[in-house]
Amino acid sequence: MSGIHDFTLASARDALKARKISAVELTNAHIDAIERLDGQLNSFITRTPDQARKAAKASDEALAKGEGGSLCGIPLGIKDLFCTNGVRTTAASKILGNFVPPYESTVTANLLKDGAVFLGKLNLDEFAMGSANLTSAFGPVENPWKRKDSDAKLVPGGSSGGSAAAVAAGLVLGATGTDTGGSIRQPAAFTGIAGIKPTYGRCSRFGTIAFASSLDQAGPMARNLQDCAILLESMAGFDPRDSTSVDTPVPHYEAALKRGVKGLRVGIPKEYHVEGMPAEIEALWQQGMTWLRDAGAEIVEVSLPHTKYGLPTYYIAALAEASSNLARYDGVRFGERVSAPTLDGLYEASRAAGFGDEVKRRILIGTHVLSSGYYDAYYLRAQKVRTLIQQDFLKAFENVDVLLTPTAPSSAFAQDEKPSDPVQMYLNDVFTVPASMAGVPALSVPAGLDARGVPLGLQLIGKFFDEETLIAAGHAIEQAAAFHHRPTIHAGVSA
Amino acid sequence: MSLDAKTVTRIARLARIGLQPGEVETLGKDMGSIIDWVEQLKEVDVTGVDPMIGTGLAKPRLREDRVTDGNCRDKVLSNAPEREGPFYTVPKVVE
Repeated sequence: MSGIHDFTLASARDALKARKISAVELTNAHIDAIERLDGQLNSFITRTPDQARKAAKASDEALAKGEGGSLCGIPLGIKDLFCTNGVRTTAASKILGNFVPPYESTVTANLLKDGAVFLGKLNLDEFAMGSANLTSAFGPVENPWKRKDSDAKLVPGGSSGGSAAAVAAGLVLGATGTDTGGSIRQPAAFTGIAGIKPTYGRCSRFGTIAFASSLDQAGPMARNLQDCAILLESMAGFDPRDSTSVDTPVPHYEAALKRGVKGLRVGIPKEYHVEGMPAEIEALWQQGMTWLRDAGAEIVEVSLPHTKYGLPTYYIAALAEASSNLARYDGVRFGERVSAPTLDGLYEASRAAGFGDEVKRRILIGTHVLSSGYYDAYYLRAQKVRTLIQQDFLKAFENVDVLLTPTAPSSAFAQDEKPSDPVQMYLNDVFTVPASMAGVPALSVPAGLDARGVPLGLQLIGKFFDEETLIAAGHAIEQAAAFHHRPTIHAGVSA
Repeated sequence: MSLDAKTVTRIARLARIGLQPGEVETLGKDMGSIIDWVEQLKEVDVTGVDPMIGTGLAKPRLREDRVTDGNCRDKVLSNAPEREGPFYTVPKVVE
């Protein structure tokens, strides 16, 4: 007998439309799960149960009349990087601790228009800067998964760690994430869920707090790709308020699930066989190739020669943009202010008190690579290498339809196993960063568990605006992997 | 190699981030290791390669020159940490 916490987003949508369950019941069950479990997980920064109940009631009224959008009555969580009108939006930073946006981001406005019910704002690394959700000013998020031989608290990945943990634990049916260098895909892999980073320009950036504007892209996170497809169709679309938004029609992504992969050419980038990668991740990758070959795809080795330069290029480009974007937090127009006798003193004191250590480090490096005498050597050179990285992908896609790689070089690590060297921490994103640099879409699907019982993901990378082929190939992996494992901490498990 | 205290202090000043004396050394070490690591980009031949400014997917577009938003002074000011009437306040800048 299946319970209310066994619904996927798609099956809940169907049950709501068939009036087998009410939106109020569904929302209340999720609010109850958050109350039971989130004291431990810490996946929410702000909960909005009253608003959610009100929205659910309105959803039921619409559904009773046979009306309602594609997400009518579906409880979601929103990464606390998307501005929500009248609801505190913090970017997990002290400097925005009391910021209440008087406007709505385009992505969340699209979801609301389709009838979604928001349960609250989800935790993340401060300003989306991190790969373990350890840099939030509101405390770390705990991964709902446990190693089978230990009770150690694992990280959920980052920066969309709250989104990943909340989806994995069944606290929400889906969540928004943002991905600058892997912030949707890596946490999805660490928590056994699916996540899509769409093509740059597919989802509007309007109202999403900026980290690195040429890379930031919103996307869905959910239990499977069907759920992600439904969310992406709602989130995506042209927005005149974002100058990098691309005016191209939004397809019916859900229909792509049924396409299959017969005749699809799947590229395996040889440079992704990195030194020191655990044998079980290499084995899972091989398994992924076998699954796709058995489903009718052709596996082809390809070369992305500039792969090893992806991460250092990313850390110059992204941090330069971040130092510029975060200049707006000055203690004058919004955010935390620390008084000082001079204006510069006020800026320096407010920013010293408001930003955490990782954010400060990144702003300072970004400032350094943009500063006089270093600009050409670091920033301009990185932009040129970025061109070469993008050309690698465009060239590979002349010969193949998608690329298959592992999502991350390890499974979720424990909170106290965090490397002390920042460069070691950055290596988490070695497989996800290059696609971000190129602007091409990519996704992660759960594909298996490691020897300690913790999930591992596979990544698919696609051509510009060809999320549909990604979804088709990802679904073939989902069907073959039959990943139905659940984390230790889950709404459907009674204490 | 660690960045020296003078360099860290200069960068922090440019970024308008106040630092405690103890922070300068730690930041110098961390930043130094990141800078050393990105030095590997020097081995890439970028002769004749154009810098990538964005993905180039969105074409620059024109819009009609008209007001599309406005008359929301109180909303704009609603998050100001300190204000006086319709103004943001700052410490005295001009003597």
